[in-house]
Amino acid sequence: MEFLSKVFIDPFVDMVAAPDFLMQVVWEGLVSGVLYALIALGFVLIFRSSRIFNFAQGIMVVFAALTLVGLHEVGVPAWISFALTLGVMFLLAVGIERVVLRPLVGQPDIILFMATIGITLFLIGGGELIFGGENKRMITEELGIPTGSVVLEPFGGLLILEQKDITAVIGAVALVVALLAFLNYTRMGRAVRALGDDHQAALSVGISLQTIWVLVWFIAGIIALVTGIAWGSRAGVSFALEIIALKALPVLMLGGLESITGAIIGGLAIGVLEKLFEIYWGQPLLGGNTEAWFAYVLALVVLLFRPQGLFGEKIIERV
Amino acid sequence: MLYKIAGQFKTTYRADQALYPIREDAWLLGVILVLAWIVFPLTASEFAFQTLLIPVLIYSLAALGLNILTGYAGQLSLGTGAFMGVGAYACYKMVTIFPEMNLIAALLLSGVFSAMVGVVFGLPSLRIKGFYLAIATLAAQFFLIWLFEKWAWLYNYNASGAIQVPNIDLFGVAAAGPLASSVTQYYVILAMVTVITMVVINITRGNQGRIWKATRDMDIAAELIGINLMRSKLMAFAVSSYIVGVAGAMFVFLWRGAAEPNLFDIELSFRVLFIAIIGGLGSILGNYLGAILIVALPVVLNIVPEWLGLDIKSATLEHLNIMIVGTLIVGFLILEPHGLAQLWRLAREKLILWPFPHEGRQ
Repeated sequence: MEFLSKVFIDPFVDMVAAPDFLMQVVWEGLVSGVLYALIALGFVLIFRSSRIFNFAQGIMVVFAALTLVGLHEVGVPAWISFALTLGVMFLLAVGIERVVLRPLVGQPDIILFMATIGITLFLIGGGELIFGGENKRMITEELGIPTGSVVLEPFGGLLILEQKDITAVIGAVALVVALLAFLNYTRMGRAVRALGDDHQAALSVGISLQTIWVLVWFIAGIIALVTGIAWGSRAGVSFALEIIALKALPVLMLGGLESITGAIIGGLAIGVLEKLFEIYWGQPLLGGNTEAWFAYVLALVVLLFRPQGLFGEKIIERV
Repeated sequence: MLYKIAGQFKTTYRADQALYPIREDAWLLGVILVLAWIVFPLTASEFAFQTLLIPVLIYSLAALGLNILTGYAGQLSLGTGAFMGVGAYACYKMVTIFPEMNLIAALLLSGVFSAMVGVVFGLPSLRIKGFYLAIATLAAQFFLIWLFEKWAWLYNYNASGAIQVPNIDLFGVAAAGPLASSVTQYYVILAMVTVITMVVINITRGNQGRIWKATRDMDIAAELIGINLMRSKLMAFAVSSYIVGVAGAMFVFLWRGAAEPNLFDIELSFRVLFIAIIGGLGSILGNYLGAILIVALPVVLNIVPEWLGLDIKSATLEHLNIMIVGTLIVGFLILEPHGLAQLWRLAREKLILWPFPHEGRQ
């Protein structure tokens, strides 16, 4: 009985007793959820247009952030190194398409998935070789991102919002809006969607597979850079980010591998729920650090009821 | 050349369906077994045992287990490392609770525990397929590692949170723990790997293997011809996790000597997956070839700069190693997506046909 009350009653009592703390927790969860959603978004783009389960999206975040910081360290002004990093991500997209994807067109999904793990290892090794393995500081101020904090007082309590988190949320929203506009209102964007619907049909109306793949990987690179800046300003830039990037996978499961809406909603939901679970259930009852698995188990439970995720395409199977 | 199938007549169905219908294959296997059982143990140094022979065997056993699940039954799993951990922790608990227990029995029994855990985490495979399932197995990976850390009973409440292998005798010889010699450990591992491989070859050749292959190729079609999918998939999870669990128990007891939870993290899972894929999915031989490549590569990379007289820092070397492994994976996938086993199959075909260049019978 006492245990049941600890599981089902006490956490909610705590929530109501300190609503400002609850809001703080939800805000923290939302911010990390936005970042999960961004990583998942880059992933969904690539999966939709090429059916490639791109494991390298997480490491692309680290690589982009490291390039940005590394360029700034050798004396390049912040905004120019931002532009140069975009250039590097473009070259990376071209390189991956040329060297890895083109010879592997038409192979089974698992082979392409393994190839992206190969790319991941290459980028990890290469990144550490060039930039070193230690934690670096993100050049937040240099890029003109405000670093103060906003203090609100809801219900007579205290709620601290970091300005860089607010910037990250605004930036993410802007990025998503721009991306949706691109996909829906430009020729190139429609080509990406066409390729996602049906490869052969898209090829037969003259859409170039190679161009679109480079484009999609480049967009994923841009998203990776934005994610890297946002996350780096919170926790510094290092390869530890990659583990956090794995969190994007349950987000994908929850939202569905093909759905942009799913990636966003799934990311926010997982970000908030895992924080709430950790604070109100994990730490008092389970010894903490439940964030390591909560997202996966949650996604697993949802998948048992909806095998294609919340927003994924309905799987129709024929013999 | 070398392979001459001319003159080898099969007069009975039994001979035609034999494990090695061509005499040369059996000879080759004999040579490999003699090398593994007699030549290597007599000649190998302590360094070779610890960095090459023992890890190759253990990793190939783990890859064999994964290959049953992924290569034969078609269920992609990213949680191999955690299942190895289940085997290792189960073995540790048994050995510390029953100190009199025979080591071989403990190793074989520890697989049973990981098989049970494997079946539980395999249940979603009845509803979820493909990459969704792969991510679902990640739930097992992260949850189990967390459990190894938080459930103090598993490591007998010791302060370090790690498990330490005690000294265990096997038929009067120290086989595990700090006192054991590498040769003894090598022979125990080799015996286990040989027996399990033989069993697996026969399972995959038989009824169960065909059921798995049908499930892999198209599960709805398999269901229509009367295969019980639930049984087929759960059986694959059970057999696969059993072998992976035994490999995990040997990994800690006969090689590493101690283990922390993060030894079994996702990197281990991926390493085993690399071995299975580079070796060749749906092949038994491939696991060994893949394991040799992945285990030997860092050793070779460490030696090469010394030969060339270059002075490279060990950290740099390690990063280079990661890069080269990544490049190799991509390279091998482009060169031969069906893995090293397929390369061997093609080479064997060429040998049989030699000196005629054209493609003949399979």
